[in-house]
Amino acid sequence: MSTSQTTEAPAPAIDPRLMIREEGFAGYLGEFKRKMKTGELGSVPVVLGLVLIAAIFQGLTGDFLNADNLTNITLWIAGPGLIAVGIVFVLLLGEIDLSLGSIAGVSAAIAGVLSARSGVNEWLSILIALAAGVAMGALHGFFFAKIGVPAFVVTLAGLLAWSGLQQFVLGDKGTANVLNNGVIADLDHYFIGEGDIAATWIFALAGVGLFLAGQLLDRRRRTAAGLPARPVSEIALRTGVIGLIAIAAAYTLNQSQGLPLPLVIFLGIVVITDFVLRRTSYGRQIFAVGGGIEAARRAGINVAWVRISVFMISAGMAALGGLFIMSQQGSADKALGSGNVLMNSIAAAVIGGTSLFGGRGKTWSALLGILVIQSIITGLDLVHVNQSIQYMITGAVLLAAVVLDSVSRRTQKSSGRG
Amino acid sequence: MKEMVHVTGAPVLALRGVSKRFGAVQALTDVHLEVHAGEVVALVGDNGAGKSTLVKTIAGVHPIDEGVIEWEGREVRINRPQDAQGLGVATVYQDLALCDNLDVVGNLFLGRELKKFGTLDEVGMEKRAKELLDTLSIRIPSVRIPIAALSGGQRQVVAIARALVGDPKIVILDEPTAALGVEQTAQVLDLVERLRERGLGVILISHNMADVKAVADTVAVLRLGRNNGSFPVAGTTHEEIISAITGATENAVTRRQARIAEEAK
Repeated sequence: MSTSQTTEAPAPAIDPRLMIREEGFAGYLGEFKRKMKTGELGSVPVVLGLVLIAAIFQGLTGDFLNADNLTNITLWIAGPGLIAVGIVFVLLLGEIDLSLGSIAGVSAAIAGVLSARSGVNEWLSILIALAAGVAMGALHGFFFAKIGVPAFVVTLAGLLAWSGLQQFVLGDKGTANVLNNGVIADLDHYFIGEGDIAATWIFALAGVGLFLAGQLLDRRRRTAAGLPARPVSEIALRTGVIGLIAIAAAYTLNQSQGLPLPLVIFLGIVVITDFVLRRTSYGRQIFAVGGGIEAARRAGINVAWVRISVFMISAGMAALGGLFIMSQQGSADKALGSGNVLMNSIAAAVIGGTSLFGGRGKTWSALLGILVIQSIITGLDLVHVNQSIQYMITGAVLLAAVVLDSVSRRTQKSSGRG
Repeated sequence: MKEMVHVTGAPVLALRGVSKRFGAVQALTDVHLEVHAGEVVALVGDNGAGKSTLVKTIAGVHPIDEGVIEWEGREVRINRPQDAQGLGVATVYQDLALCDNLDVVGNLFLGRELKKFGTLDEVGMEKRAKELLDTLSIRIPSVRIPIAALSGGQRQVVAIARALVGDPKIVILDEPTAALGVEQTAQVLDLVERLRERGLGVILISHNMADVKAVADTVAVLRLGRNNGSFPVAGTTHEEIISAITGATENAVTRRQARIAEEAK
């Protein structure tokens, strides 16, 4: 009988073919090298890309790394960045949502018309606009999950229909201005504490402190349970890198006008959605549906509900993003959310490292990706490149990101991952 | 040596006179099956004999049309997969149904994650996953690598381990060794024996007579949707099982054997 085989090997012997990670810092480096080789590129290409872009435009103009310019970038990324967070959710399912630009437009139109023309309380108009966005997402989700229409087609229909609704809501006037000094005006223009430099420092240091505390707590719990934990050297390195970035960012922002409200909201939403995706069973369900529908269904996951709710989240994010874009440009008009807003957001999610094929990604990629896109746009503006060229360059960057995604997927396959 | 079958009185699961129709096709007719705690029942039969249909009626995928399902001596209705899971039936299908992008821990606890303060208790799940895999002597590189990085045999044992997370009483394995190599097959058979040692009832669908003879206590044969004999493995020959599967002593298999015997002379 084959039982004798197991009694001979009491302790699980180590299979010589397995990669065993070394302890300590050497192990960290080794793991990093292995990940690069096997195509688990993570955030590395996008961070390298950002550094490259910053270096090129700083070299060309000498103004790119100027505090005012960087502050402006943080103001511009909030709107499309939030839409990109929504895109990340849909991409995790392996689907696409083409309607998010139009939903941003409708949301802005509703908030603008209600607050500026009908005199409705601004907070209430914001709530109605967001609720309308979520409802549109629920409708897409219903047709996709319950009727079985491909998401591509449903949201393409949404792209047209909601853009029509946007024009209908705006009416003949076509534009609804943002109220002076109102809530919506503040969204993309307010600086925390009226530009008090203390606010920026507290925010940056508290963020780094929370990160460090979380890592140490996790390490303590894992060691207590007898599980392998991150070495202290690795935690120190990670905290050091993040701390340096935070201090540099805080210093730069304080050279200009201080801590922008849109940056705080955008970062806050990225952190919260990241937590939901990684640390809750709902987030686990999204990954499961993106990784294998049949497996998810047999595990008792309500696949239809996960799909519908994800489309509601993406539409809700787009509605919020629309309000930031509206605040940025000072009015809601018929063009808001049209043109390349949607494409930039999809590009941002993919450039940041979220896979188009479902099941892999994080909302941080929305932040990294939109930073790349906005840096390119801002940089090209600084060197006065025609918009036609801008489109072509952004298109090329998107293509490069998708190629990188496909190639890294293939490398992962051939090395037995992904 | 194989342990003695510690059959304890009433069966955990008993099917009595179960029938199932799909339109004009009578898939199962008056089928009886009993599974005791600590017993491995091999369910054998040719393609189309009704093995998969029978298993799916137990798993709640297809509700039965006629007959009685008894669970620990009392009659139960199994209309949905959740009913079967609620009773303590865990099924490992041939296509495994694991999420490639999730790691081993994520797959083991998918749909029944451990939680602490409303968030995932990753530490608790990883600890329990390790304990579970250790008690089953399952060897995988790490519980934190994605399923996509595992070999076919490793996926199979993860899928079986996954079935055990909910503490079932009956485990159904649908051709667990069909796609596996020699060593992986041995690992899975070891695992089946460990399930029996833990007092679980196992229903093993297999076409491989060597596997059946190696681990099963009882062989239940289905033929054309009907029972065609149930044998204790000890004391039953290969030929007896095969003739029960094919339904006659005169068939392609016996003719071939006779011919080979003839040529050997």
